[in-house]
Amino acid sequence: MSLSPVDLRARAEAASGHLPGLILSAERLAAMVAPGAHGLRRAGPGEDFWQYRPAAQGDTARSIDWRRSARSDAQFVRDREAQTAQSAAIWLSRNPGMDFAGGPDRPTKAERGRLLALAVGMLMLRGGEKVALLGQPPRAGRLQAERLAEGLLAPGDTNPAAALRPQMRVVVLSDFLSDPSWVQALLTQAASLGTMGVLLQVLDPDEATFPYDGAVEFRAPAGGMRHDSRDAGGLRDAYLRRLADRQDWVAAQARQAGWQFGTHLSDADPVEALGWLWQALGQGTR
Amino acid sequence: MLLLGPLGFAAPWVLGALVALPVLWVILRAMPPAPRRIVFPGVALLAGLADCNPVAQRTPWWLLLLRLAAVAALILAFAGPVWKPVRQAPADGPLLVVMDAGYAAAPDWSARQTRADRALADAAADGRPAALLLADGQADAVLAFQPADSLRAGLRGAQPVSWPSTLPEDAQAALADAPEGRLSTLWLADGTDYANRPAWLQALADRGPVTVVPPSRPLRTLSLAEGETPSLTLRAIDDAAPTIEAIGPDPQGIERALATLTPGDPSVHEGLTVRPVAIDLPPELRNRITRFQVQAEGHAGAVVLADDRVRRRKVGLVGDPADQAEGQRLLAQTHYLRQALAPTTDLVEGALGDVLDTAPDVIILADQVQLAETPELADWVQQGGLLIRFAGPRMAGYDRLMEEPLLPVAPRQGGRDIGGALSWGDPRGLAPFPADGPFAGLTLPDEVTVRAQLMAQPSPDLSERTIASLSDGTPLITRDRNGQGQVVLVHVTANAEWSNLPLSGLFVRMMERLVATARLSPSEEAAEDRVQPFWTPQTVLDGFGRPADPTDLVPVAAEDLDRGPGPGHPAGIYVAGERRQALNAGGPFTLADWPGATVEDVRATPGRDLKGLLLAAAALMLALDALGSVMVARGGRRGGGAALVLLLALMPAPRVSAQEIDADLARAADEVALAYIITGDSRVDEASEQGLWGLSLALRQRTSVEPGRPIGIDLDQDDLSLLTFLYWPVTESQPAPSPQAYLRLNDFLRSGGMILFDTRDGDVTGVGGPDMSGALRRLAAPLDIPPLAPVPDDHVLTRTFYLLSDFPGRWQGNPVWLEAPPLTAETEAGAPFRQLNDGVSPVVIGGNSWAEAWAVDDDGYSVFPIGSGWEGEQQREMAYRFGINLIMYVLTGNYKSDQVHVPALLDRLRIEEILAP
Repeated sequence: MSLSPVDLRARAEAASGHLPGLILSAERLAAMVAPGAHGLRRAGPGEDFWQYRPAAQGDTARSIDWRRSARSDAQFVRDREAQTAQSAAIWLSRNPGMDFAGGPDRPTKAERGRLLALAVGMLMLRGGEKVALLGQPPRAGRLQAERLAEGLLAPGDTNPAAALRPQMRVVVLSDFLSDPSWVQALLTQAASLGTMGVLLQVLDPDEATFPYDGAVEFRAPAGGMRHDSRDAGGLRDAYLRRLADRQDWVAAQARQAGWQFGTHLSDADPVEALGWLWQALGQGTR
Repeated sequence: MLLLGPLGFAAPWVLGALVALPVLWVILRAMPPAPRRIVFPGVALLAGLADCNPVAQRTPWWLLLLRLAAVAALILAFAGPVWKPVRQAPADGPLLVVMDAGYAAAPDWSARQTRADRALADAAADGRPAALLLADGQADAVLAFQPADSLRAGLRGAQPVSWPSTLPEDAQAALADAPEGRLSTLWLADGTDYANRPAWLQALADRGPVTVVPPSRPLRTLSLAEGETPSLTLRAIDDAAPTIEAIGPDPQGIERALATLTPGDPSVHEGLTVRPVAIDLPPELRNRITRFQVQAEGHAGAVVLADDRVRRRKVGLVGDPADQAEGQRLLAQTHYLRQALAPTTDLVEGALGDVLDTAPDVIILADQVQLAETPELADWVQQGGLLIRFAGPRMAGYDRLMEEPLLPVAPRQGGRDIGGALSWGDPRGLAPFPADGPFAGLTLPDEVTVRAQLMAQPSPDLSERTIASLSDGTPLITRDRNGQGQVVLVHVTANAEWSNLPLSGLFVRMMERLVATARLSPSEEAAEDRVQPFWTPQTVLDGFGRPADPTDLVPVAAEDLDRGPGPGHPAGIYVAGERRQALNAGGPFTLADWPGATVEDVRATPGRDLKGLLLAAAALMLALDALGSVMVARGGRRGGGAALVLLLALMPAPRVSAQEIDADLARAADEVALAYIITGDSRVDEASEQGLWGLSLALRQRTSVEPGRPIGIDLDQDDLSLLTFLYWPVTESQPAPSPQAYLRLNDFLRSGGMILFDTRDGDVTGVGGPDMSGALRRLAAPLDIPPLAPVPDDHVLTRTFYLLSDFPGRWQGNPVWLEAPPLTAETEAGAPFRQLNDGVSPVVIGGNSWAEAWAVDDDGYSVFPIGSGWEGEQQREMAYRFGINLIMYVLTGNYKSDQVHVPALLDRLRIEEILAP
């Protein structure tokens, strides 16, 4: 199923419409690299005028505001108000396995993931944050939602760890079913950069309950991996155990890096997941 | 052959394969069902997991049973099972197959061939020598015994013949070459007895067992019963009374059953049921008949070919009015003729004119001269009539006899008295009839003498024209061909006045012979041996009673023909000179008995081969197995669906009910009713209805188009596919039809319908005021209308029925638009019209308010006034003519623009041109 960006955005707006604007807590504002929309009530890098102060030692001649200084004898420096915006990055796995849907009545995991990603992005945009897909320059404003939607529908996968920048909020959506080594790399990198984020596992109910019986030949969506079973029902317990192990492992990794980990089933209401994401993004930084 | 109760197996060793069934059971049982294939992203989590309970799923027992049953059915099928096989006594000696091949064997000939073929095949399988004896009278004198296989091709090519079965004369001589050993004989009998059969049966029974296969169908033959009135006789073994078909060319010349005859009451005669069949048909019909055939009997014996004996001629007798007293009737010439001809012919008496009107085959004029209707009579003779004239006192006394037309020879006036009281000599007897004449073979009674006769002028061709003469060589009867017919003059009277010939039986037979020569195409005299007449086969029958061409048959001597059909002279029509004779195979027959032979029961079936049934069952079971396998592979979830599909496939398809059609529309299609569009304006609608009714009345009066009551069409609901013509008055207030209605309208236009748009504004249009063109554009915009042009002068619409130059309605002088002629159409030199053959315009658009001009009320009076006085009525007439032309254009298309009509139209135009100035 392919959605046009406009469609996706309309759905995401519907899903995120009733949540309050998500404003990320502004931690470590002092060290903010990128200027943003928050006025910080103090001098610093920014675009709006903040105050004139007498030039002090150490101010370069270039920083002196000569027009103000000319009215008096002292030299004044024009300070601007420090501004910052929390920038957030969203990363959605484009693993072929994400295109799986257990039944015709359910969306694929990728569809649900796109919906959630765009919804959370729009929430943050509404709060004035700068949002982008991971690896793209974060921007604010309504138009960015369009770009998000287009980006989410564009093909191509990126390595999330390589695109991490310091001081961002990262939302990672994946099914965490394939080889999980990238999770570890990502979290290690994030911890070293001081980046905080959220991991959301999007699963199909079939993957969470394993409702198969009898002789089944399981194939990976990308091909390659396959597993023949004569008694799929007998594998259920083992599979569920492995799935729980995987979730525990990812959760432990996330906890070590200060990240949050959650699970969402594609037949559940996306609003629940969105609420959880909102909470997690807020809590993790409090 | 292995026998298990009623079941026999031709190849019992194949049954050994049944041992393999338990092995199959084990193999099939262990075979796991095909796994389902599921795309599952979590495969990585499954990697390395072992099935904790890896038991293969068993094939369900019913599927297993189905497969085993299918395999078992296959094995049984290839073992050649036969239900109740024929048990044959083992025989090792040579085999002789005797096949009766007469016409009586024809009805079930293929069954006989099959039976004989089976016997030969069995003999071939056992390596026994065999011989085939076809009892068609053409068999070799000595039978050659050969390997049985080499006889089968000859058997397949054998055909029954159209004469009774005939065996060679000497049985012992024929069997001289038979190999050693007991000769077993299979005799496929036709049920009839014939000449050498008992001797053959005896000879064969002496040499070994004889098995007789009696015919499977009761024999029925048809023969012609001689008599004054020909009739048919039906002989049958059983009690059935099948109808007899009288077959001949119908007036169109097509061969078909003209009448059906029903046999009469049966009488049993020598074991046969004999029924007379009267040929009770009008002479016109009877004379067409070429053959009679017992219905549903396909052999030569059930066919009677009609020859001259069957046909009854219609004879017109013209003589003196019979107003004489009763005692003098014996003096009238017509009396003797009537007595002679009435039993065998249909007599018409009266004046010559009346007789000619009944189209007789023969006309007999008894001593008539100077007839008023001579030209008509001459025409009739030219066209094939046979005119027989008798001399008499009136003819002899006629002083302009030399100029009398329609005589074969020029007679000498006065006649000749031979044996009278005042003459020398005695009355003359008759000379023997020439062998090639029509009277050949008739015996002459001694007492017949001629006392007076009409003499002929001597001429070179007199002897050629004489077909009977007196003993002194003077002509008694002369004949001449005249056109396709012939004229015969009997030189004596038809009463006893001039000779006692009419009193003798010879006279009757001579008249029959003469009448039988009627309606003969002029042919030269038979050039064969004049002493011994030969009969040439014209049409012969094969054993199945089907006519065939006599390709390789030589003419047959008369005495051979008298013995009935046989080798060399099969049943058929034979011609000698002008006489036709039918040789029919059917006739009395006697039933055969078979002392000392085994008569096979025909009803016993030769064993039913079960192989095909078993193979079909196996195929069905395998198909079911495929369905069942799918069901198992799907985990039983779609099982119901598969069963349903199977059930649906087996269920007969429901009958598609005919589309519902409005009864009124059906009537309109039936009556070619004209249709108008209901505009919603009741005044306009009423005018449309009345107008189309008026036009319908005009069409009824003047043309062969007879439309019924007009019908109003609601475009949004009614189906247009049954209509041909729509009148669409354009009104301002009319709502545009729905898109579906436009789809229907476009279909209607594409499939040959026509719409006449009438804007009814001929009085106001063209002066710049408001007119209906806007409404017309609005209504007609969605229609597929080709480019339009005013009607060209040479358009076919101007001449489909009337020649028109203008198309007035209630108004006149306004252009009428229809599909533009193609630009490439050029006027041919000399032709008044361009060839606009293609494309009947789907629309005609004008504003002359035609319906109002046509409109009549229920009393037949015009509803709307037109113009004033006579001129107005003239205009109304032209409006009707336009309507008729238009309907003709709709119904006949561009038929009238066919070049064929151009000459007639040119003539018409020329006349009008001459008359015009």
